[in-house]
Amino acid sequence: MSFKRKDLVGLKDLSAEEILFILGTAEKFKEIGKRDVKKVPTLKGRTVVNLFFEPSTRTRTSFEIAGKRLSADTINFSSSSSSTSKGETLIDTVKNIESMNTDVFVVRHAFSGSVKFIAENTCARVVNAGDGTNEHPTQALLDLLTIKEHKKDFANLNVAIIGDITHSRVARSNIWAMQKLGMNIKLFGPKTMMPAHPEPFGCKICSSIEEALENTDVVMMLRIQMERQSKTLLPSVKEYSRLYGLNAEKMKLAKKDALIMHPGPINRGVELASNAADSAQSVILEQVENGVAVRMAVLYLLGIKTEVK
Amino acid sequence: MDLLLKNGKVINHDSEKDTDILIKNGKISGVSSNIKADNDIEVIDCKGNYILPGLIDMHVHFRDPGLEYKEDIISGSDAAAAGGITTCFPMANTKPVNDNDSVTSYMVEKAREYGKIDLFPVGSITKKMKGEELAEMGEMKKAGALAFSDDGLPVLSSEIMRRALEYASGIGAFIISHSEDISLAGSGVINEGKVSTITGLKGIPAEAEEIMISRDILLSKLTGAHIHIAHVSTKGSVDLIRRAKDQGLNVTCEAAPHHFTFTEEELLNYDTNYKMNPPLRTKEDVICIKEALKDGTIDIIATDHAPHHPDEKFVEFDNAPNGVIGLQTLIPLTLKLVNEGIIDIKQFVKLTSYMPSVISGLDDRGEIKEGKIADITVIDPEKTYLYDKNINKSKAENSPLLGSGLQGMALYTIKNGRIVYES
Ligand SMILES: [Zn+2]
Repeated sequence: MSFKRKDLVGLKDLSAEEILFILGTAEKFKEIGKRDVKKVPTLKGRTVVNLFFEPSTRTRTSFEIAGKRLSADTINFSSSSSSTSKGETLIDTVKNIESMNTDVFVVRHAFSGSVKFIAENTCARVVNAGDGTNEHPTQALLDLLTIKEHKKDFANLNVAIIGDITHSRVARSNIWAMQKLGMNIKLFGPKTMMPAHPEPFGCKICSSIEEALENTDVVMMLRIQMERQSKTLLPSVKEYSRLYGLNAEKMKLAKKDALIMHPGPINRGVELASNAADSAQSVILEQVENGVAVRMAVLYLLGIKTEVK
Repeated sequence: MDLLLKNGKVINHDSEKDTDILIKNGKISGVSSNIKADNDIEVIDCKGNYILPGLIDMHVHFRDPGLEYKEDIISGSDAAAAGGITTCFPMANTKPVNDNDSVTSYMVEKAREYGKIDLFPVGSITKKMKGEELAEMGEMKKAGALAFSDDGLPVLSSEIMRRALEYASGIGAFIISHSEDISLAGSGVINEGKVSTITGLKGIPAEAEEIMISRDILLSKLTGAHIHIAHVSTKGSVDLIRRAKDQGLNVTCEAAPHHFTFTEEELLNYDTNYKMNPPLRTKEDVICIKEALKDGTIDIIATDHAPHHPDEKFVEFDNAPNGVIGLQTLIPLTLKLVNEGIIDIKQFVKLTSYMPSVISGLDDRGEIKEGKIADITVIDPEKTYLYDKNINKSKAENSPLLGSGLQGMALYTIKNGRIVYES
């Protein structure tokens, strides 16, 4: 098969085959990162614009390295999401950059649905690098690649996703994709961080971290946004780490070979204690490495095509 | 020129009969069978059509003065007339706010000069809609305001709301409540439910509406004053209002066509034309709204016509303004309830003309009866058509229905005996 879509807006709309195809492509690209000269001419002459309306050094850098390893010209454009009716609109900005004959937009934006909105209104290819609390598909793909390398097969794996589920685009993308791949998902977090209506996720909702960890193959911890959460969602960070944080002790409840994952950057001592983050079970740095391969695969699958519509 | 409407089916809130209507000097001068036409009278054959008292829309936004690029009283009048509506209550959130009699008079006069519809502007409850000090309701009442509301901005202070109810009732006016607990709604942009979980769009729980309705019902009980709850959208709201009415409290309410037509499912595609406040709710809520329209718990249908410029809706979902235009879709969407067997055609009249006239004390209209002013809407209930830019008279295009097929439209709209719209 091949990847026939114009854009990668989310994993909710992809089939299991498409997801596995991207992962397979990423596996091939991973080898390039291990060479002395980490560069192939695949996207030579193509322009990839990192369009970031919300700050993120990590994701942007990962996309930038991915683009450069494929020999694309990568350009960074950052702006604030808060533009309203006054001044240039989002689509004006996009059209302006598009008119410089750019091929791919990698877009990060603070509002859910905004990357879809852009994708529908530009001829360029669009990759979602995180839109609001909706999706962050390449993050989920790199999580899946990491899981695949350790567990070989996805079917019937037990995954616990722990933390701020409601506001997590990482959780959403993972939930949509993991279910298509036959994984069992448990969710756990403070009630203030669980959707009031979690039914569409079709996941088991746990009432304790013990229940979430028990018999689990993969433990995915989510990052707490301390600035925001401290106001109304949490009494204190200290309490969070006790009730909802992961440490080596609690990790014993999971399967012996269970993986510890985190989208980064970690709040050490909050969602993850150092004795968990730095343990042998932690694959956090592998996730980062796989991020480049996954993004290379996505840029390749979208960027090699010229004609759209 | 005088008019004679022949062979139509004349519908009132309590009757339905084939009869002719004679209109003289702007008033209905005869309702009976086989009226003979004089020489210099215009005769309209209404065979196969419904003749209704002119529709009264108690909740519109005309954006005039101040935001005329979205809509003004001229384009708003055109759209209303084309939608079979002869009387509108434009909300106070203009620029400047309609918090004094000069703004109220301006609106009334501009509409009168144009002559297609009557405006009874809703004055603001508080100065500049800030929720702090009462606006000059008495002066505005003299200028033509029958009701007061800070629509869009709920009056958060219970004390101010209490005094507003007392003061308004003392001058023979009433308060319209936009019921929303702003702190609970927070930065929500759609209903809090399954769709907010799926889309990652922040939700507004139904309770944000219901908490304020509860408060306002209690304040109505405290003061004995008439409170009218705007755009009821949830099952819980309907239950609260039903209970208040059972207790004999002075509470009335309205529902907007979009709230009995669409559900939150429409938001799965992030289409900003479906972004409105209160947001589209669940299927269960829609079923309850329909039941409440049927049993009279919901007194009237009002469009909450909220025009916005296309550029303003063509943005990220979170940044888009709330609202949908509705003047020209009131008839087809309400007629759909008739065709579904939820209400009958007499209830259509009750919800869109008779009860609005009763609630607002406009006893010169709302019925087709000798002596009433000749505000009349002739509807072809069978007519199917594409609701497109040619038909749309509003300056705005923010309707998800634009471009789709509808059934039922106004053939003639008659205001004070004069044909102001003919399709
Ligand atoms: Zn309102």
